[in-house]
Amino acid sequence: MAEQISVHLKQIDKYRWLIPREGGMRTDGMVYADERMMDDIKKDQSLLQVRNVAFLPGIVGCSLAMPDIHWGYGFPIGGVAAFDEREGVVSPGGVGYDINCGVRLMRSGLERKEIQGQIRDIVDTLLVNIPSGVGSHRKDLKLDKGQQRKVLQKGAQWAVDQGYGLWNDLEHIEEKGRLPDADPDLVSPKALERGKAQLGTLGSGNHFVEVGYVAEIYDEKAARDLGLAKDQVTIIVHTGSRGLGHQVCDDSIRVMLQAAHKYGIELPDKQLCCAPLASKEGKEYLAAMACAANFAFANRQIITHWVRETFEQVLRMGPSTLRLDLIYDVCHNIAKLEAHTVGGTERRLCVHRKGATRAFPPHHPDCPADYQEIGQPVLIPGDMGRCSYVLVGTQQAYEETFGSTCHGAGRVMSRHQAKKRAMGRSITKELEAKGIYVRAASHATMAEEIPEAYKDVSDVVDVVNGAGIGKKVAQLKPMGVIKG
Amino acid sequence: MKHDTIGYEFLDHTGDIGIRVWADDVKGLFEEAARALFDIITDRRKVVARLRREVAVQGSGREELMVAWLTELLYLHEVEDLLFCDFALAEIEQGSAKGVARGERRQEDRHLINTAIKAVTYHLLEVKEQDGRWQARIIFDI
Repeated sequence: MAEQISVHLKQIDKYRWLIPREGGMRTDGMVYADERMMDDIKKDQSLLQVRNVAFLPGIVGCSLAMPDIHWGYGFPIGGVAAFDEREGVVSPGGVGYDINCGVRLMRSGLERKEIQGQIRDIVDTLLVNIPSGVGSHRKDLKLDKGQQRKVLQKGAQWAVDQGYGLWNDLEHIEEKGRLPDADPDLVSPKALERGKAQLGTLGSGNHFVEVGYVAEIYDEKAARDLGLAKDQVTIIVHTGSRGLGHQVCDDSIRVMLQAAHKYGIELPDKQLCCAPLASKEGKEYLAAMACAANFAFANRQIITHWVRETFEQVLRMGPSTLRLDLIYDVCHNIAKLEAHTVGGTERRLCVHRKGATRAFPPHHPDCPADYQEIGQPVLIPGDMGRCSYVLVGTQQAYEETFGSTCHGAGRVMSRHQAKKRAMGRSITKELEAKGIYVRAASHATMAEEIPEAYKDVSDVVDVVNGAGIGKKVAQLKPMGVIKG
Repeated sequence: MKHDTIGYEFLDHTGDIGIRVWADDVKGLFEEAARALFDIITDRRKVVARLRREVAVQGSGREELMVAWLTELLYLHEVEDLLFCDFALAEIEQGSAKGVARGERRQEDRHLINTAIKAVTYHLLEVKEQDGRWQARIIFDI
């Protein structure tokens, strides 16, 4: 459906594919994938998008794509691009509509067999306690304007202030759950209105809460430091900044379309619209984006609190027995100013990760104190029928991909195709036969989210592990899931 | 090309949903795009025109106006929990468009949300006149 522009591709090794610089490209493109995946990747226009990102001013290093790459709008999903703070640009399309969509993982003091008999109760109660799907929210969480501003400024710290979770949780969140320089005055009344009733809601689509267990351990030392052991019960929360983030992105794209014109930036695709990082428009986007990111951090923190309450309620155990500790929380749609060494010189770069996860190495100052030896935890959720992975960041990722790795499975089927494929089947029953109890707020979500609509996350993780831009620690398997 | 004078079809896009819309005039194009949007969200046949909302948007050029028009409808849907079934564009000029959307507040027992749409994107966006007919291509982020 787009014009056909052929993209040249040169295989470098088993996992690396180069898109050599040509035409208006300012740098090369680099895609991480194996041969089989590349056959699939070639079917959509995502390689063209990797090439298009390389057109943008001030790009440093390659225009990168992780193995879960698929066609996004403007930037590919699975794309990573870094821009020089003085000469480069920032683009809302390089972050996406769901600003700070992300994943957090909790461990527990429970073993799989202890909750097997009660998994239905747990899942049903999660669906009652955590608003899921369109238009649902809890009556006991309503914010006035002043509080909403504080959420946008303080993120997860606000949530903990209000009694949602523990101070210790903050140590285990990327950026400690609060992006600096968030300015609520730059968030439009419309965005505030959309966000008003959506704090503490899961949303729809691919967002979920999953109760699972540790099925496999690949790195004993790292697993020990993360407090993970075989058969231990774990919980994953996947959601983002909801309507507030979507509106911030939408508002910003409108501004950036004008800005790109104003600053004479030529765009191969409108959705790549951007402004110089040093410009008023660029700075204002980052300050509004930080607000949406903080909203998302607070959102996941509040949901975490309700997960803990649900376990206490159903299992009739106290927090000291359940030990539902936060292992880590990662963002996978974000742009951040970071220091990176490029060609022997330290530079301040704005790293866009759109459907990609930060993966900082051991001993990096931004890595929590208790994970200094192993590196930053990286959480890679799979589809609802297969498995998810815990990885840690590596020095190689730091040097090669600005400390970034993949974020999930990546779709292979459009939602339309998935629905067709699910027609006449009971997805719930199929999953139950595999020992997974799934409840979704909407029937359509179940059909769109069928496991085969996604790449096998194990293949994606094997590529980043093989390429050295992430290190496998553990595999988690689902027992019960709530979907939005 | 279909022979109907007005209509739309879905385009397959891995991450999201796209539509191609056609009509005899630009007003019809905007109205049909809005119908397509709410066909994705819900079963529009089950929505009754009980209330109306006036929509006025601004944007430079037809493409930006199309995104602004659909985005405004999406905003009203999300913030006021409304579903729309019927649309009339009153005027469209170079930098602005005005219209009316009719529908009702969502009722959980009668209305199912089939697909929640996050945003109307500029990705591969096209609104153009060709041989006296109007066409649009719009991708939604879901």
